[in-house]
Amino acid sequence: MDQPGQENATITRTEQLTPDIFRITVRAPGIAQAARPGQFVMVRVADAYDPLLRRPFSIHQVIGPDQVQILFKVVGKGTGILARATVGRELDLVGPLGRGFHITRQQPLCLIGGGMGIAPLLFLAQRLCQVPEKPEILVLVGAGTRSELLALARDLEQLGLAVRTATDDGSLGHHGLVGDLLAGLDRRARQAYVCGPYPMMRAVAGQCRVLGWSCEVSLETMMACGLGACLGCAVPRGQGDGYLHVCKHGPVFDAQEVAWR
Amino acid sequence: MAIGQPDLTARIGSLILKNPVLTASGTFGYGEEFAALVNLDRLGAVVVKGISLKARSGNPMPRVVETACGMLNAIGLENVGAERFITEKLPFFQKIRTPLVANILGDSVAEYRTLARRLERESLVAALEVNISCPNVKKGGVAFGIDPDTARAVTEAVRKEFTRPVIVKLSPNVTDITVIARAVEAGGADAVSLINTLLGMAIDGETRQPRLANIVGGLSGPAIKPVALRMVWQVARAVRIPVIGIGGITTAADAVEFLLAGATAVQVGTANFFSPRASEEVVDGLAAYLRKQGLESVGELIGGLIL
Ligand SMILES: Cc1cc2nc3c(=O)[nH]c(=O)nc-3n(C[C@H](O)[C@H](O)[C@H](O)COP(=O)(O)OP(=O)(O)OC[C@H]3O[C@@H](n4cnc5c(N)ncnc54)[C@H](O)[C@@H]3O)c2cc1C
Ligand SMILES: Cc1cc2nc3c(=O)[nH]c(=O)nc-3n(C[C@H](O)[C@H](O)[C@H](O)COP(=O)(O)O)c2cc1C
Ligand code: FES
Repeated sequence: MDQPGQENATITRTEQLTPDIFRITVRAPGIAQAARPGQFVMVRVADAYDPLLRRPFSIHQVIGPDQVQILFKVVGKGTGILARATVGRELDLVGPLGRGFHITRQQPLCLIGGGMGIAPLLFLAQRLCQVPEKPEILVLVGAGTRSELLALARDLEQLGLAVRTATDDGSLGHHGLVGDLLAGLDRRARQAYVCGPYPMMRAVAGQCRVLGWSCEVSLETMMACGLGACLGCAVPRGQGDGYLHVCKHGPVFDAQEVAWR
Repeated sequence: MAIGQPDLTARIGSLILKNPVLTASGTFGYGEEFAALVNLDRLGAVVVKGISLKARSGNPMPRVVETACGMLNAIGLENVGAERFITEKLPFFQKIRTPLVANILGDSVAEYRTLARRLERESLVAALEVNISCPNVKKGGVAFGIDPDTARAVTEAVRKEFTRPVIVKLSPNVTDITVIARAVEAGGADAVSLINTLLGMAIDGETRQPRLANIVGGLSGPAIKPVALRMVWQVARAVRIPVIGIGGITTAADAVEFLLAGATAVQVGTANFFSPRASEEVVDGLAAYLRKQGLESVGELIGGLIL
């Protein structure tokens, strides 16, 4: 595995996609070159002691040879500070970290994202589209409401991928859960790549099991270091006792490796 | 010694360190996790994650939560156990020029003794740091570190088995830390290190639940520095053995405060998480501080507090 690095990355672009979803592009050549879909970066949001810890974000896109993008939703103090960051400011990043998605030859593929879970799936979709014989890819995206969904699905549609949608309030696509969309698919076995809120991933992982699909999920936990040192990011193993560590063994796991609560 | 190159060496019992900056146990993994980000050769020593005789899986999650200028952890002393530590983690220290300090923990005096005996055979273990903040199973789960007699008993047991330096790491969750410090000094410790984490808790007002699955956890980071500094100052005046200062140290300026309070060396802990090069930066900053102050050695700083 490539070694992570620490980079002072200059912000080259900031975008506000919805009232609370933002995108930041930075110049970070080392991370851009080493990154693989599903990996993440630890961001020092402020040169201060409060907030103290770095915040983990999936790599949303690698743009050109040296730029990296993150997509995030404001949920608290750290993301609030990040949302106010301006072009030209330096962001202290550590990455790329963790194990990403496993790119298989198995076909067809199904990418399933819920809300901010779409963040790592765009990078994955881009890399999958570069595979010589482009695999058959279907994307299922769920979000709270129409505006959020449009913001999240736009780039996937621009890749020319088939995208099916669901919203919690029914304002766009299927009225209900993104997992409901699985019922309408043909019966071929697929490789699923899933990222979203925990209950959504648990449900989809269960459906995949019933359908006999292989399924990779990208998990989130609280993280202090992102480096495998603090052991704070533990999730229970699927088989046997003990824990796996999301920052080191993941964040992407085979759904059967972990115990679902 | 060339002019402008202050002498940073520090002495802990028979162990001579190239500088007084160590990494704190549990915040630096087994060293190799930071190899890509830090020049490990520049550190005084690496103290690795606490090791018990058998592997421990630790507490349920969530195990960590951020608090104002600090964090709470309830990892539960998860570790790979002594044998896997020796076969899988120790060999890495052959590749670097920085000594390893093994941090040990147990739930009985016998377990500490067995660990010390086993690690005595591993020459890559330059020193032991004995974590006495663990619950003593025989005494109903009360920590070894809060009772002077058991703290001394653990120290004596380890001392008998281990010929290289023995550092005893003190818990701050006591009324008078100098009593424990004197007890472990009498038990044969070569040095004391302090402080371990302060017991704390955090609650989520929305869900009315504790933020840690374990309910309570250990507070660390810049938030605890004033408490740690006060305890280091008290202990340095109470014992004759070297004191290693720990608690919120992030910059060289922090390290200087601990040295002035009487510490011979310092450990960088939580800072490694948010600033992975913090330990190396403390080494650089300390050298720069000494030059600026016109001092030839770091020893001139120790206990230099002006009252
Ligand atoms: C591997 C990984 C990849 C991630 N990728 C993305 C991403 O691409 N886009 C995105 O918007 N978010 C992502 N997250 C979640 C993101 O890290 C948190 O939303 C962020 O840390 C919150 O910081 P804050 O200071 O704004 O919130 P805080 O004020 O610290 O907390 C607000 C809420 O967020 C939760 N939270 C805080 N820290 C974390 C954390 N480390 N992991 C999960 N939940 C947390 C808290 O429990 C709380 O409910 C990812 C998390 C992980 C572990
Ligand atoms: C996540 C974490 C794990 C820790 N694990 C251990 C341990 O295994 N053994 C030990 O003696 N101290 C352990 N500590 C305590 C630290 O070594 C240190 O004493 C404490 O965090 C105070 O220093 P700091 O404020 O610089 O972090 C741990 C601390 C943290 C934050
Ligand atoms: S976040 Fe520290 S070990 Fe995973």
